[in-house]
Amino acid sequence: MTPLPQSRRLASGGLIDRSRTLSFQFDGKPMTGHPGDTLASALIANGTILAGRSFKYHRPRGILTAGSEEPNALVELRSGARREPNTKATTVELFDGLVARSQNRWPSLGFDVMSVNSLLSPIFVAGFYYKTFMWPAAFWEKLYEPLIRRAAGLGRASREPDPDSYEKAFAFCDVLVIGGGPTGLMAALSAARAGAHVILCDEDFSFGGRLLSEQFVIDGQSGADWKAAAVFELEQNPAVTLMRRTTVFGGYDQSTYGALERVGDHLPVPLPHMPRQRLWKIVAKRAVLAAGAVERQIVFGGNDRPGVMMASALRSYVNRFAAAPAQRLGLFTNNDDGWKTVADCIRAGIKVEAVIDPRPAIPEAFRQLAIQAGARLFEGGLVQDAHGTARGLQSIDVMTSTGRTESVAVDGLAVSGGWNPAVALTCHLGARPVWRDDISAFVAGDTPPGLVVAGAATGAFDLRSCLADGVRLGAEAAQAAGFTAVAPTVPAASEETLGLMPLWKVTGARTKAFVDFQNDVTAKDIVIAEREGFRSVEHLKRYTTLGMATDQGKTANVNGLAIMAALTGRSIPETGTTTFRPPYTPVAIGAFAGHHRGKHFRPTRLTPSHAWAAEQGAQFVEAGQWLRAQWFPKPGETDWLTSVNREVIAVRGAVGVCDVSTLGKIDIQGADAGTLLDRVYINGFSALPVGKVRYGAMLREDGIVMDDGTTARLAQDRYVMSTTTANAAKVMQHLEFCHQVLWPELDVQMVSVTEQWAQFSIAGPRARDTIQKLIDPMADVSNMALPYMGVTTITVCGGIPGRLFRISFSGELAYELAVPARYGDGVIRAIMSAGAEYGIVAYGTEALGVMRIEKGHPAGNELNGTATARDLGLGKLMSQKKDFIGRVMAERSGLTNPDRPSLAGFVPVNRADRLRAGAHFLGLGAHPSASNDQGYMTSVAFSPSLSHWVGLGLIKNGPNRHGERVRAYDPVRRGDIEVEICSPVFIDPEGGRLRV
Amino acid sequence: MQIECPFCGKRDAHEFAYLGDATVARPDPAVPDAARAFYEYVYLRDNPAGSHRELWYHSAGCHSWLVVTRDTRTHAIETIAQVGAR
Repeated sequence: MTPLPQSRRLASGGLIDRSRTLSFQFDGKPMTGHPGDTLASALIANGTILAGRSFKYHRPRGILTAGSEEPNALVELRSGARREPNTKATTVELFDGLVARSQNRWPSLGFDVMSVNSLLSPIFVAGFYYKTFMWPAAFWEKLYEPLIRRAAGLGRASREPDPDSYEKAFAFCDVLVIGGGPTGLMAALSAARAGAHVILCDEDFSFGGRLLSEQFVIDGQSGADWKAAAVFELEQNPAVTLMRRTTVFGGYDQSTYGALERVGDHLPVPLPHMPRQRLWKIVAKRAVLAAGAVERQIVFGGNDRPGVMMASALRSYVNRFAAAPAQRLGLFTNNDDGWKTVADCIRAGIKVEAVIDPRPAIPEAFRQLAIQAGARLFEGGLVQDAHGTARGLQSIDVMTSTGRTESVAVDGLAVSGGWNPAVALTCHLGARPVWRDDISAFVAGDTPPGLVVAGAATGAFDLRSCLADGVRLGAEAAQAAGFTAVAPTVPAASEETLGLMPLWKVTGARTKAFVDFQNDVTAKDIVIAEREGFRSVEHLKRYTTLGMATDQGKTANVNGLAIMAALTGRSIPETGTTTFRPPYTPVAIGAFAGHHRGKHFRPTRLTPSHAWAAEQGAQFVEAGQWLRAQWFPKPGETDWLTSVNREVIAVRGAVGVCDVSTLGKIDIQGADAGTLLDRVYINGFSALPVGKVRYGAMLREDGIVMDDGTTARLAQDRYVMSTTTANAAKVMQHLEFCHQVLWPELDVQMVSVTEQWAQFSIAGPRARDTIQKLIDPMADVSNMALPYMGVTTITVCGGIPGRLFRISFSGELAYELAVPARYGDGVIRAIMSAGAEYGIVAYGTEALGVMRIEKGHPAGNELNGTATARDLGLGKLMSQKKDFIGRVMAERSGLTNPDRPSLAGFVPVNRADRLRAGAHFLGLGAHPSASNDQGYMTSVAFSPSLSHWVGLGLIKNGPNRHGERVRAYDPVRRGDIEVEICSPVFIDPEGGRLRV
Repeated sequence: MQIECPFCGKRDAHEFAYLGDATVARPDPAVPDAARAFYEYVYLRDNPAGSHRELWYHSAGCHSWLVVTRDTRTHAIETIAQVGAR
């Protein structure tokens, strides 16, 4: 299909590049446009009036605005994995090959079956969902929700992963200027000339703001030429950063601003290595908010019909984009600014059929302008209803000042109800805007520290004030940031007046009059809300959904508020204010995530033996940030349990090795190191002899166990502590807290050495034989020289310095050998060859877990944040002779009650039964209820040594109930078996194997 | 938000971990009503609207514990010092 010519493109003018033609598709129809177009302007140039269907009633909707405030023209952009719903056609920069689809219509935009909702509108009014779908609750999920989602709602997101990348970046500047219109450009120039480092951001792809859209003259130049010169000067200044396509969407504490730069959105696909979008955190000494103002509508019947457009938007399309949204235009304005439309239409050759100005008397110049345009002038008139179809506008009903109703045939209507300053960023830290009667609009109230508002955003809408504001405030901002500023002369611009007569809603409309187009909120919905008592602004918003969704009511909120004010007989400020929260315009979640997605969500830490383990075909598991070997399948082993059983049997029968480098290691030194440990652990460490290791448990100050592990004394003034893998950072922070905050007088220093050491557990009856072959001659590691719980410094493999700890987690004769991390890979290989003759196996975290459960050692599942030392059977460790963190609070009656769930072992009565962690304990025959709950199973394992499942759990008064039977009830997995309570130590309860 | 660490300079708030009230002092466990004193120390906190002395830890930096005096209404930081520094 060949695209049709751009039927509504004006023959000349506009800031588009006519030398190049871009092809694009809308709803499958090929069309063309030019560089400089937005999707919306290109659609208008192609004579497309209808852009989408509305949210609730599926009303045909056109393009209302030319900016980010657009409520109507939301499209699905791109296709496949890049399909992006609810994109505002008014902000999409046209590119060659762009594909867009209208939303919320079926089967086609022109003929939409769901528009029957419009006929059902009496039941779709405000509060409809609340009233209709109250109950039964079960119907929500299966019936109501799918129904509503089908009927209402906007576009469809892609279900595929986003193929693009996003970035985050920081920027720092003296002066941040938000908005690149006349005010912002002038402020940037003024600050930059003072030498300040300036960042100027604008959401548009071109700087200039209204200068691009109006026929302004500044210093005798056209607005566009003046702007080009200003941008040129800024570009030449190395201290100025110009950021186009960048929306400052949020203001945060300490003059920090969030901004979204659309780096690749204007390209079909981002270039190689180019992020799609970049999220900026900008820290600015001073900020100038020059975000301009948003034109507001007037509420009348059929004001949402395609062909009705904001007057300023119409001028943007005509002047900036050389596209004619209408050929026979009506203009409905309650202020002088709207009249600019008449002059611009005359210039562009668009026939103005009628001007309806509700003001009783208008300036003579405007009367002359109407005559010049050949337009009928309705002074004191009102547009009551606009009539049209999905194909466009047909006529408007005008109520004249004498009360007659006349129909005027038009194919477009430009509306201006005045301007709302864009003050959102002044409110993000909690301030509220304040009402100004003279301009009938909200302006900034308190502004955040360091931020000033300038230009139209202050309610000074005329160009002359905007330029003057920019000059002054730009210079002041630079001065406040420490520069000497000489404010430049204010460029000359013609005078403008506003002369606004507030008009929010026309009475006597016969058709639906919309307040919020995006949410299909009508004037009548506000009447209903008022009648039902939802009069506060916050209630009004939530009851009617006024001001929600992607446009956040930028063109709707103040009208809604004014209508509520009129209904309740209050003034607008008495009725309330609008609140703004970040973001100003929607920000994709992808931009907030940046590179932190998938595997990059957090770092992956590899153990020193990782490469070796991978060669062995290890199955890995994430443990905290670490990737650890879980088990090492051998050829022919098809399920994990077979491999794990083999590993356990090998350790208990011969020898095995496991990388335990992930355990936290803290080197603690100083004369008072022992004293600090005494206060941190429940048991004593200052009396631990040099060359000895001791198990310790530490509590939180509230008496609950925080962590456990072994600590070795390497010298009189030096200990090395080990922590659990998961709590390594937390324990480090805790120790620093204890030292720096609680006991700064202690002579002690500490540093985390977790990553500096590779540490291997070598366990099993042949562990010493294996070790013996590794260590360099002269070192005596006999049971006599290095008994259980001893530590010594050695060298291995010909001079590698190491530490050898005689400690055991498995319950077997075991050592932990620590060498500097860089030797880890070599040493694991050396261990494996040394142990080969004894049948050494590598074992992973699963086998480690099985053996610690068989030995009844509490670990992460038992250190659950509610268990006390007594609960875990560690009560006898709690020193009575010294103070330690948590000692006082651990004595609270609730924490010493013997009925507390405490550690015990569990075996299935029928030994063939499988145990399940998470199963809750109930008395035999007891009804499964929370009041009968006695505790739960924390850890289970199949014990190859015993050939049945064993478990650890916390059960009421556990230590005194060995031999008793209870139910292990697991409704989630339909488990309900009888188990016997026993000692948590299943293997070698006397510990003889440890000491051989 | 940025916090000016006395050792590392102005750093983004992401580098710091927050603990809370810096005005509570760990009681002497030997006093007769130690249980009550510890209960208050562990659980009871004022929630002032305004200036608040609080502990922050430079976890992704020098591991210093800092006392940051911050206005809880505006998040404006008045002073920052290493804990125990005069």
